[in-house]
Amino acid sequence: MNKIFEVPMYAYSRSPDQDSETPIRRPVVVIGAGPIGLGAAIDLAQQDVPVVVLDDNDKVSFGSRAVCYAKRPLEILDRLGCGQPMVDKGVEWSLGKVFFDERKIFEFDLLPEDGHERPAFINLQQYYFEEYLVNRVTELQAEGKQIEIRGKNKVSAIGAHDNHATLEIDTPEGPYNLEAEWLIACDGARSPTRQMMGLDFVGRVFEDNFLIADVIMEADFPTERWFWFDPPFNKGQSALLHKQPDNVWRIDLQLGWDIDKEEEKKPENVIPRLKAMLGEDVEFELEWVSIYTFQCRRMEKFRHGRVLFAGDSAHQVSPFGARGANSGLQDTDNLAWKLKLVIDGKAPEALLDSYSQERVHGAEENILNSSRSTDFITPKSDMSRILRDAVLDLAETHDFARPLVNAGRLSVPCTYDGSALNMADALDGPECTRPGSPCPDVKLGDDFLLRQLGGEFTLLTIDADAPDLIEEDGIEVTRLALSAKEDTTGALKARYLGDEPSAVYLIRPDQHVAARRPSFDENLFRAAIRRATGKE
Amino acid sequence: MSDLNLQPNIPGADDFYAGLLAAHDGLSKEDSDALNARLLLVLANHIGDRAVLDNAIAVAKASA
Repeated sequence: MNKIFEVPMYAYSRSPDQDSETPIRRPVVVIGAGPIGLGAAIDLAQQDVPVVVLDDNDKVSFGSRAVCYAKRPLEILDRLGCGQPMVDKGVEWSLGKVFFDERKIFEFDLLPEDGHERPAFINLQQYYFEEYLVNRVTELQAEGKQIEIRGKNKVSAIGAHDNHATLEIDTPEGPYNLEAEWLIACDGARSPTRQMMGLDFVGRVFEDNFLIADVIMEADFPTERWFWFDPPFNKGQSALLHKQPDNVWRIDLQLGWDIDKEEEKKPENVIPRLKAMLGEDVEFELEWVSIYTFQCRRMEKFRHGRVLFAGDSAHQVSPFGARGANSGLQDTDNLAWKLKLVIDGKAPEALLDSYSQERVHGAEENILNSSRSTDFITPKSDMSRILRDAVLDLAETHDFARPLVNAGRLSVPCTYDGSALNMADALDGPECTRPGSPCPDVKLGDDFLLRQLGGEFTLLTIDADAPDLIEEDGIEVTRLALSAKEDTTGALKARYLGDEPSAVYLIRPDQHVAARRPSFDENLFRAAIRRATGKE
Repeated sequence: MSDLNLQPNIPGADDFYAGLLAAHDGLSKEDSDALNARLLLVLANHIGDRAVLDNAIAVAKASA
C-alpha cells in the first residue's frame, strides 16, 4: 500500500504564466507548500487576496515530522476551515509521565480549563495536516477563490526590489520568470530564499543527535506523553514515546554527538534499540526513521522590504515543547490580516514591520523555552548533569522540585507585550487579557467566543454600551455585545472582567487584544483602531 | 524585597557545620556532589525569593 506521503498531492501542471512573453506579476507568491505556506495562502485566499504557492516537491511531508498541535493553532485552523478534520483524526492527550532511570517519578495533567472548544493538545502526523490543508485549498478553488499550488516549481533566483520581487523558477518543462508584489518565504529551516538573499540566521547549535522512529504496533500503552531521563534502554540519554493516529507511535531516542548517522539509521541498528525499549516480544513495523540535530536561531528581522519570512525559515527551535509548526501558524495568523489591509490600501506598509516585531518577540520566547528544555534534557557539563539529576531525584518524593523538571515547556501562544499596536492597559482586569494577549475562549451557550470573534476587527462589549459599527479610516469594527450575567459558567467574568463591572475590548483580526477600557470612549477607541493598523 | 542576610545567622554554627560534614561521611565524590546539589535545591526552594537567590548566586560567585 502506498503511504499518503508517497503519492503526489499537487502534481506539476503547466501554468499559462509559463507561456507569457513578459513575466506575470502576482499580488502574493508563497514559497513552500508545507503547513505554514499553505496556512498563509489559505488565510489570504479566504480574504480574497489571489495567491500562488510554489513548491519544489509535489507531495505532503515525508514521514510524520511535526506531530503535536496545541490549542491556539487549532483555533487558528478553525478560522482557516481545517480545525475540525484535525481534531477528528488527531489523538487528544493531556497526561504526561516522567521517568528517571527505572522509576516513574511523577505525572502531570495539562488539565485544560473548562470552556475552551479545543483541547490542550492533539497528536497528528504532519502529512495528515498537510493533506487537510491541500483539501481546503481545493475547496476554496471550488468556491472561486484565487489560490493555486504549483508543484515541482523550484525557485532558483530571487531579485528583491522596492515594490516587488522577481523570481526565476525551474520546472520539469524548463524555467520561467514570475513577479510578486509580495513574497512570503515559508521554505523551512534551510530556506533557499534566505540563502539566495544572503540574510543572516544566527543562534546556537546543540551538539546532539536524536533518532526519531515511527513504529506501527498494536500496543496497550495509554494515550500519554512518556518521557524518560537516563532510561535503562538508553543509558545516559533521554527517550520519548507518544501516540499518533492509526496505531503509529513516535519514539525519540537521544543518541549523543559522536555517532555515524548513516549507520544508526539502518533498520538492523534501529530495531534492537526499539526492542530494548518496547520489549523483545512486541511486534512492530517501522514506518519512518530519521536522525535530526537542531539549532535555536532566528533571523534578525522577518520583513525584508517586499519579502516576508514565516515559520522555520525565520526561526528554528529544538523540538522540545512543540514550538515549531505551532509558532509558524501564529506567524501567518499575525501576518495575513496585516498584508490584506496593506494590499487594500487601508493600512501603511509600516504595519508589516509590526509583524516582524511581534513575531520576533514570539520567536525569542520560543527559543528561550526550547533552549532551556534542551539544557535540562541534555546537560552540557558535569555540574549541569549533577543538578539535573538532583532535581529528578527530589521530584520523585517532593512536589517542590517538579516545576524544575523540564522535559519540554509545551507551546502556548505569546502575548505581544510592548507592541507598538497596543494601547496602554486602561482596565483593572485579568492579566490573561491585557493588551497584546491572545483572547482565551469562553463557552457561550452552544457556541464559543472565538468563533463569534471570527477574523475581523471586533469591539467586544461586556455589560457596556457602544455603537454596533465604527468605521475609522477604512477599517470597519463590528460590535459583539455580551453580558456576564448570562454566562452561567463564570468564565467570561473570570477571563475578561475580573473585579470590574463592565469592559470594552478592541480585538484584532488575529484575536489578540489591542485595547481595553471599563467603558466605551469614541475618541480613545478610534485612536486604538488607528494604532492597531499602524497609523500612529 | 527582602535582603540576603550576610550576617551570622546560624545558632550553634559549629554543630551545623559538623552535621553538614557528617552527612557526607563515607560518600564517594559522586554521591557527595549529588547530596550537595539536592541540599542546594531544598534550601533554594525554602528561600523562594528570586531576588535573594540571585543575590546569593552573585555573592557565591564573587567569593572564590
